Amino acid sequence: MINLPSTFKISIRALRVNKMRSALTMLGIIIGVAAVITMLAVGKGASNKISEQIATVGSNLIIVIPGSTTSSGIRLGSGSSQNLTIADAEAIKSECSSVATTAPVLNGSAQIVYGNQNWSTSVMGTDDGMLEVRDWPLASGRNFYEQDLRGAAKVCLLGQTVVDNLFGNDDPLNKSIRIKKVPFTVIGILESKGQSFMGQDQDDIIYVPVNTAQRNLFGRHFPGTVRSIMVKARSSEDLNRAETQIRQLLRQRHRIGPNQEEDFTVRNLTQMMQMAEQSSSVMALLLAAIAGVSLLVGGIGIMNIMLVSVTERTHEIGIRMAVGAKSWDIRTQFIIEALILSLIGGLIGVLLGILAAELLSFLAGWTILISSVSIVMSFGFSGLVGIFFGFYPAYKASLMNPIDALRHE
Amino acid sequence: MALIETDQLEKKYEVGDSVVHALDKVSLQISSGEFVAVMGPSGSGKSTFMNVIGCLDEPTAGRYLLDGIDVSQMGRDALAEIRNEKIGFVFQGFNLLARTTALENVEVPLLYSKSHPKDHKDKAREALKLLGLEGRQQHHPNQLSGGQQQRVAIARALVNNAPLLLADEPTGNLDTKTSIEIMKLFVRINEEKKMTIVLVTHEPDISTFSKRIIRFLDGKIVSDQENRP
Repeated sequence: MINLPSTFKISIRALRVNKMRSALTMLGIIIGVAAVITMLAVGKGASNKISEQIATVGSNLIIVIPGSTTSSGIRLGSGSSQNLTIADAEAIKSECSSVATTAPVLNGSAQIVYGNQNWSTSVMGTDDGMLEVRDWPLASGRNFYEQDLRGAAKVCLLGQTVVDNLFGNDDPLNKSIRIKKVPFTVIGILESKGQSFMGQDQDDIIYVPVNTAQRNLFGRHFPGTVRSIMVKARSSEDLNRAETQIRQLLRQRHRIGPNQEEDFTVRNLTQMMQMAEQSSSVMALLLAAIAGVSLLVGGIGIMNIMLVSVTERTHEIGIRMAVGAKSWDIRTQFIIEALILSLIGGLIGVLLGILAAELLSFLAGWTILISSVSIVMSFGFSGLVGIFFGFYPAYKASLMNPIDALRHE
Repeated sequence: MALIETDQLEKKYEVGDSVVHALDKVSLQISSGEFVAVMGPSGSGKSTFMNVIGCLDEPTAGRYLLDGIDVSQMGRDALAEIRNEKIGFVFQGFNLLARTTALENVEVPLLYSKSHPKDHKDKAREALKLLGLEGRQQHHPNQLSGGQQQRVAIARALVNNAPLLLADEPTGNLDTKTSIEIMKLFVRINEEKKMTIVLVTHEPDISTFSKRIIRFLDGKIVSDQENRP
């Protein structure tokens, strides 16, 4: 049985004798590990930012839009037909078991005025389900009441950008603003959500009851029709089921036969955004894999140096064998040497990688995320590289013939 | 009791088409406590004999009992253990580890032994002291004279309390005065520690320190006689 502390000491001494060579060998591992850590931090940071943006749009989101229409032989694009109604939205909410809530959307652009200020923004007619669908809490005030919706009350909820542009330091609650010259009372202020996934300012918006929008703002040829319906599924597992249920229900309600084309489109918004998220994490993995290759190259460097070292120290191996070192003792000694090289390199690499990632976030303003998993993983991997690439040289050393090794000068 | 007992020991090398008998049916016994000099011209087989006796090389045929154990059929690791426990080596070229202190050099056999790591330093110090090197513990081989280096090597051979000391031309790299000092050390070790010493040399002056002289020629023993001063 060998005692590990003394083997460890022997290895440390051997590495210190060739300081420059040991340092250069380590450099391969250092660069490899640092690259893996930095790449993972940057990649994870990017995909994390995308997930955050997805969360601001609202989770488990499905959007239903009308299909296309044909007018005098001219086919208009998707969404041009006016066949989705407020009643469809209500039906989806009450009849589809996988749906949590819905909100109809009838939107348009309008000029709004408060006092001597005016501002052009997007006005959206909807109902009380919208805040839940978008996971959007109120900063102050209240949501629409049932009677606001039924009675087409002239009340509105303001986004933060609208508040900033119209009111300055005034408290907007219960103040009267004019939308397309129609006076509305502000009943609630939405919390700030920031930019959307596509870079739009989500706070530049006003919500009004859908009936009010229809009667007083954006009159339509067919009363009760909306531009789209937003749906929130109960959970991410329910998304696909909800989609099927909505499709079935609307086919029934719109009297579409089994072989007829649907006059509406159901889009799983969350899924689409999750795909974007997925592609960004695939990108992160790809970056890490490329960095991993440099770690592998570092390992080959270790093997190279260990082979040189074994040849150089043949005489020493011979002496050790003559006085009683077994194959295992010699093998352990060289594997421990390789392991020390790779683990110290790994440690420095981890520190350097964290530093590089922090520097990137500080100088370039990139979002980074250093996970403990990536640190443990790359450190562990560097150890494995040491054992793997140290094994062959160590094995070669352990099989030497003591007489030949002793004669070697 | 015989410490070394060989029976029809053979070692053959194939060089091209011809076969060289480095050892040709060598049978002998060396008892515990003897001081034997092995002599012969180069190529006589004395070094091969030394390697086989020292468990560094395996015989092609024949039997070799060391301290009652048949070692002729043992594997690498078992032989390494035998070398560690039963044999101390002293070589012509000292064979010390470079860039390693005298004390640590003496410690090396202990690293591969069953002895407790705590005792290593003490045992090594004791062995160095026995050879008058207590002031040289932290010196590296290149800071020591040839005689001092050989004494460090002897200390290394003694540190495990092995019953057998094998010396291969131990004075080959030393001047006459130092050679005599080293040989006197061997005599002292043989008398005081009752350690069996087998020494290979081609110098008649050196062999006179031993009590028995075995001469080799062409792989065979040609004479084996007691040496009376």
